Amino acid sequence: MYNTPRSISLFLGILFVLMLCYPLYGDLIFGSKSSFYMQKLTSIIILAILAMSLDLLVGVSGLVSMGHALFFGLAGYVLALISPEYDAANIWIVLPAVLASCAVLGLIVAFLTIKTSGIYFIMVTLAFGQMAYYFFNDSDFAGGSDGLYIMMKPAVMLGDLQLLNLEDKHTLFYVCLACMALVYLILRMLLRSPFGQVLVGIHANEHRVKAIGYNTTRYKIVSFVIAATLAGLAGFLAATQYGFVNPSQLGWHTSGYALMMVIMGGAGTIFGPALGAFVFEILHSFFESFTDHWLMLMGTVMICVVLFLPNGIGGALLKLVERFEKKNKHIQTGDNDNG
Amino acid sequence: MAETILKTENLTKRFGGLVAVDKVNLELVKGEVHAILGPNGAGKSTLVNLLSGDMTSTEGTITFEGKDLTGLPPYVISHYGLGRSFQKTNIFPKLSCFENVWLAAQSRQKTSMRFFRPARRMKEVEQLTLSSLEKCGLLAQKDVIASSMSYGEQRQLEIGMMLATQPRLLLMDEPMAGMGKEESEMLVQLIKDLAKDYTLLLIEHDMDAVFAVANRLTVMVNGRVLETGTPDQIRSSQQVQEAYLGSEGGF
Repeated sequence: MYNTPRSISLFLGILFVLMLCYPLYGDLIFGSKSSFYMQKLTSIIILAILAMSLDLLVGVSGLVSMGHALFFGLAGYVLALISPEYDAANIWIVLPAVLASCAVLGLIVAFLTIKTSGIYFIMVTLAFGQMAYYFFNDSDFAGGSDGLYIMMKPAVMLGDLQLLNLEDKHTLFYVCLACMALVYLILRMLLRSPFGQVLVGIHANEHRVKAIGYNTTRYKIVSFVIAATLAGLAGFLAATQYGFVNPSQLGWHTSGYALMMVIMGGAGTIFGPALGAFVFEILHSFFESFTDHWLMLMGTVMICVVLFLPNGIGGALLKLVERFEKKNKHIQTGDNDNG
Repeated sequence: MAETILKTENLTKRFGGLVAVDKVNLELVKGEVHAILGPNGAGKSTLVNLLSGDMTSTEGTITFEGKDLTGLPPYVISHYGLGRSFQKTNIFPKLSCFENVWLAAQSRQKTSMRFFRPARRMKEVEQLTLSSLEKCGLLAQKDVIASSMSYGEQRQLEIGMMLATQPRLLLMDEPMAGMGKEESEMLVQLIKDLAKDYTLLLIEHDMDAVFAVANRLTVMVNGRVLETGTPDQIRSSQQVQEAYLGSEGGF
């Protein structure tokens, strides 16, 4: 049930290869705008990581967090604050530092929120997100509402050898793409592991999971910390790409968008929220191109998704595959035409 | 003298002014099938919830195999060897029968905080899952999604999950509730089979079933223990007749 059908893996693989090859055909299709679209694609890939990390909470563990952007934004702030002002930071130091700070804050927030459930969990996580928002918004050391700049992107060095140049847009694009694939694989691995099985059980019926001998609180806290850390990775990449952080990156708008991506893509499927991020951002750009009131149109789309695709794009795809396979089975058992 | 497996002393649960369980002293002997009878509101389910840790007692102690269980949470109690099944079917409806029992079996591992190896490769858990499915009679239906099974089968699944936690004492809260005649008979047989290997504490409304399986009975009324004894003793007890059985027209 929690294995992705082969045809969907194939579909995801094709999409991945298409993105991988973008630098080859981008110029042919988009001409001078190709570079702009590649940066856009990079930012969507980063959001896909954020959406997948949130899906571990919302879709897998059943913890609807309205403050997930807290870790996304925090990562950017930590990176900006520990980077030297006019010099490139060492990625082998700043990346672990960023991830560790997200994990630690995730642990603290989880400790204080995890015992609540349902609407209370949503409210408390929202409150934490907003607290962080105002903390950074009102702090001089963090640049107030303007935020902070990261003049030089982190350097990826091995001794004196430069492994990757993140200033290069193509390199950054590939790094983000690789991170997205990595996060997807990590989450799939988690889902199949004993740990993931417990989370699935908690989502379905926490009371029962307790009765058969699991300390569910502990499992939920760990899932929260993992999700926070992965959101931190997304935040690190985002801050690296944009070269700045500001409070809006950890405010409730960003959390809300991430949640919309998860819902649009299909909570609990992992690949769905990643697709959701793409659909959401492509629609966002499209709507924004002809009206400032893009959120109104997006709202309409969201309502339609909830009404007609209650399990999101991912759920719809899974259903489609299931139906197709059933049909195929019928044909194969009936006559052997469909080989 | 037979060995005591579970003992409660002055176990009391108050909800505000209501005393749901009132100074209950209960002693379970290893290997017996002990049934608790009583009209609605007698405090039977509350008693089970206290024993399983789903509720915390207001007063009194619970001792299981010489260890004090008072105030411990359900997941700890489960690891001490107390399994429970629920009155209202309490399963993972969207998962298959196998997956339901798997999760229960997996809980017997040292820890499930393991993130890398696929769970399904744990042979030990698989064996425990399959043997539990066999014991509860659902091996043939192992790949069926739980929500699509019949009510009786879901009750069996409930028992299968409990067995997969390798308990020594089974707390069964109205296992026959809402079952048809045939299903009940099947379940009575299942309980008789279980009685060979486990100690059972059974809460049940179905008189025929209770007298068919239990070695000892405790009758509760208004949160208190009225009388404890063998089925014959209870049947002939004047006190029980008056307080409970009489009002329902006897057997």
